[in-house]
Amino acid sequence: MADAALATPAATTAPRPMLAVRDLNAWYGESHVLHGMNLDVGEGEVVTLLGRNGAGKTTTLKSIIGIIGKRTGSITFEGGETIGMSSRAIAKLGIGYVPEERGIFSSLSVEENLMLPPQVRPGGMSVEQIFELFPNIKERLTSQGTKLSGGEQQMLSIARILRTGAKFLLLDEPTEGLAPVIIEQIGRTIARLKREGYTIILVEQNFRFAQTVADRHYLVEQGRVVDMILNAELDQNIDKLHAHLGV
Amino acid sequence: MFELLGIPPQALFGQLLLGLINGSFYAILSLGLAVIFGLLNIINFTHGAQYMMGAFIAWMLLNWAGVGYWPALLLAPIIAGISGVIIERTLLKRLYHLDHLYGLLLTFGLALIIQGLFRNQFGSSGLPYQIPAELRGGQNLGFMFLPNYRAWVVVASLVVCLATWFVIEKTRLGAYLRAATENPTLTQAFGINVPLLITLTYGFGVGLAAFAGVLAAPIYSVNPNMGADLIIVVFAVVVIGGMGSILGAIVTGFGLGLIEGLTKVFYPEASATVIFIIMAIVLLVKPAGLFGRAA
Repeated sequence: MADAALATPAATTAPRPMLAVRDLNAWYGESHVLHGMNLDVGEGEVVTLLGRNGAGKTTTLKSIIGIIGKRTGSITFEGGETIGMSSRAIAKLGIGYVPEERGIFSSLSVEENLMLPPQVRPGGMSVEQIFELFPNIKERLTSQGTKLSGGEQQMLSIARILRTGAKFLLLDEPTEGLAPVIIEQIGRTIARLKREGYTIILVEQNFRFAQTVADRHYLVEQGRVVDMILNAELDQNIDKLHAHLGV
Repeated sequence: MFELLGIPPQALFGQLLLGLINGSFYAILSLGLAVIFGLLNIINFTHGAQYMMGAFIAWMLLNWAGVGYWPALLLAPIIAGISGVIIERTLLKRLYHLDHLYGLLLTFGLALIIQGLFRNQFGSSGLPYQIPAELRGGQNLGFMFLPNYRAWVVVASLVVCLATWFVIEKTRLGAYLRAATENPTLTQAFGINVPLLITLTYGFGVGLAAFAGVLAAPIYSVNPNMGADLIIVVFAVVVIGGMGSILGAIVTGFGLGLIEGLTKVFYPEASATVIFIIMAIVLLVKPAGLFGRAA
């Protein structure tokens, strides 16, 4: 099967796989969205899912964290099968989820949003380290969560996960709708997290941004991975990318 | 002594006190309904029956086990709360993915069953429950006589309401509750045990109703229908305050009790309907309720 072959990363790219997705199918009610996704993410890698709207990128992240009602196939994290687990149990394995639309709670203050996710692993960032990374948050602690600007909400959404000790992050379009200067700041944050050993799956529409932070890119189309491109080879494959993304 | 619009002050303050007492019960009961609705999305029609259960549990503790008022004030809410936990785990949890109507029908049916069982066992004429010895008698305030037990009811319900508000708005547990109310899926995806929060919230809401029932036992006779009569008014209070608003439930509860008391003084004919008239006006002007957020 071609897809499976594509999904197996070359020996040069992946240390031991931290997450392995095999033949993942997922449904929203009656609607069949993922049709046999396969992908691997090695420890310390930043991997992107690129694809058009509706290709199944967000659904893939939701399936990994376990908030899709019906999913079949296999998702192993650090060697353990998670396909039958609740999202609560999956989060406790050390997977942090930063949803599309940021998921900031309007009924919680900025501080309460920041402190909401419980610690799942030792070694999360301290609140001081988070303030150093995102100084804006410190100044707005008592504001209502959704009174922050879009960029600040995005930073809060990432910051609250860094507190928990999760070292495997799912970031769903963190740059969507943000100003270039904020996108740069988020790019620097992702680069720093990578240096500190975090493993990240990044869903992006903006492959120019993805290029600045990622090791590898999976092209997603109609609910499956159709190609995998090393970041170093992205420029040679630009035509393929354009064909798939329609840009 | 002064008079106001030809009303003797004794009558005015007497009715205001009565209004405050009623308001105390409205506030605790509508608070429980608001907390339950906020997290479970269920309109808990069993609430009146659970209030009645609180009073009966206090009566049973006293007459069958010799346990007095003060321990009952703690024990009856816990016992009723446990029955709520069982109801949530076995019945309500099957309804969360369905329309509000199903929760309403189920809890209404449960209320009828519970009331029927108590009527079978205890009859419908009502059982007496003594005011605890420490709270008999009253204070002469000069302008009116204030029975100690009634003052206690107002204070106890204020304290319980404010404590509940504090826990929900100002603590870590409350932040979990608010987050789970707003976006249960994401809250769960952070590793927070949302099903447990839901179960405990229902148990707590039922416990609040039972607490009100114990407070009521020495004032009203302990009667299988005592909740059914009250709950209709309480639902009007909740609609006026806005479903799911904590502070709204408390303020509206006490406020409407007072308005009802004033109406008894100035226009007694309307005292039974004034809350429903206010409800109709509020629904016309602000359909989400005075403190509610539009969906």
